[in-house]
Amino acid sequence: MTPSPYRERILDHYQRPRHRGSLEAPLAVGEIDNPVCGDQVRIAVRLDADERVTAAFDGEGCILSMAAASMLAEHVQGRPLSDVRALTDQDILDLMEVELGPVRVKCALLPLRALQAALEELEDR
Amino acid sequence: MLDAERIRADFPILSCRTNDKPLIFLDSAASSQKPAAVLEAMDAAYRTCYANVHRGVYALSEEATRYYEEARDKVTAFINAAAREEVIFTRNATESINLVAYAWGRKALGPGDRILATEMEHHSNIVPWQLLAQETGAELRYLPITDAGELQLDALDDLLDERVKLMAFTLMSNVLGTITPAAEIVRRAHAVGATVLVDGAQGVPHLPVDVQALGCDFLAFSAHKMCGPTGIGVLYGRRALLEAMPPFLGGGDMIRRVELHRATWNDLPWKFEAGTPPIVEGIGLGAAVDYLNRLGMDAIAAHERDTARYAMERLSALPGLHIVGPPADRRGGVIAFTFRAIHPHDLAHLLDTEGIAVRAGHHCAQPLHARLGLNATTRASFYVYNTRADADRLAEGLEHVAHMLGKAV
Repeated sequence: MTPSPYRERILDHYQRPRHRGSLEAPLAVGEIDNPVCGDQVRIAVRLDADERVTAAFDGEGCILSMAAASMLAEHVQGRPLSDVRALTDQDILDLMEVELGPVRVKCALLPLRALQAALEELEDR
Repeated sequence: MLDAERIRADFPILSCRTNDKPLIFLDSAASSQKPAAVLEAMDAAYRTCYANVHRGVYALSEEATRYYEEARDKVTAFINAAAREEVIFTRNATESINLVAYAWGRKALGPGDRILATEMEHHSNIVPWQLLAQETGAELRYLPITDAGELQLDALDDLLDERVKLMAFTLMSNVLGTITPAAEIVRRAHAVGATVLVDGAQGVPHLPVDVQALGCDFLAFSAHKMCGPTGIGVLYGRRALLEAMPPFLGGGDMIRRVELHRATWNDLPWKFEAGTPPIVEGIGLGAAVDYLNRLGMDAIAAHERDTARYAMERLSALPGLHIVGPPADRRGGVIAFTFRAIHPHDLAHLLDTEGIAVRAGHHCAQPLHARLGLNATTRASFYVYNTRADADRLAEGLEHVAHMLGKAV
């Protein structure tokens, strides 16, 4: 039996989201929807002088997508852009310490997709 | 009244455990479970009388053909169609509707014509008409629903005029549970000369349906929601319409004679059944019809009404739980709801850890959810094998989730 992902740490990130809100003077904003449930996540990104990331998220969604957004935003703060670009789907699941089925995994990965959209926008700049 | 406890014993899967808990299956509106009688009929078909149908001259093929075509007779009687030629086997209700859009709609509709659907339709009774409207220049309009989740029948007179060539609506909403006054709608649509398609995907498994009493021109439904297998569905169509329609798919079995540059079509119903059909699935559908007939469709409908009424009472008593759709006396066994601010995906996921299978999302009815001002709902749907005890387990599960999430939501 897969352990429930609804553990204290996840619920805590859902209840007290880190880095939620808007970012002053963002360089790029990525936004993504989950058409299955109407969830939305937006991630705004800024870079400091030595290409380190500042990020903030906003949106609406289930516990998994919102907790994932909070954990991802916390994880990327102050990290070099190259590290953030290299983040994989598995990194998110490792960060959350969850195992998820094919439907729920989309919820957890929604914030990473938003971040990737923001990074793509950065690249196009 | 049905003896649901005895019926449960007919469904092998219901004695399985899920997440280490006894399975409480409340997602039959998505797909129903199968009784042993259906599984055994299909197993026996593969083991003892399987061959391709309508082709072989050997005994085995003749036997397979007989069983497959007997299934058509069973379906014909089940919906009281006037003739077996009016019962076309398709892949599912979705394909049945697409068949009508493609083979009937492209000839029958043109610019200025209208298609009238309703705001409570499943995507499968919306998107084929969008495609058809785009292709023919016809306009797609919708009969609105009330805030209580019923069709606004008083708007029908304004919307129905001789420009409406097709009216397409569901017999039972897969979200609201609403049972529509189908015979009345058919009568009013026919009065302006419209052809009427009824989406029976939810209705046919749960209610007695008589297409001649209903008066509809087309009826679409799927076997897998009525105790039968996946991969086979039904299109009922009035013979005169089916005869005037060109084929849907071309291939083997649907032809009478083929030359290099032309072909003539087989008789009904085979004109619309190109290629090797879902033979064993057809036999399974026949066994499912036998099973439902044994229980009796009136008894099934009464059992579901009773179970749904009880479940609605139990659920409504939970603080912060809101059920969408009409009161229990005007609906089938489908109950969609929101619970506090808990996201339906979280709710369904957490109920699953208690062994309770419910659906979460928009249930392929996004326009309806938009009309209700919701992104998603959680849906519990009841069938012949569900009992009041299942409703109790659901209510307890919801209380457990509320307790577990505490102040988080």
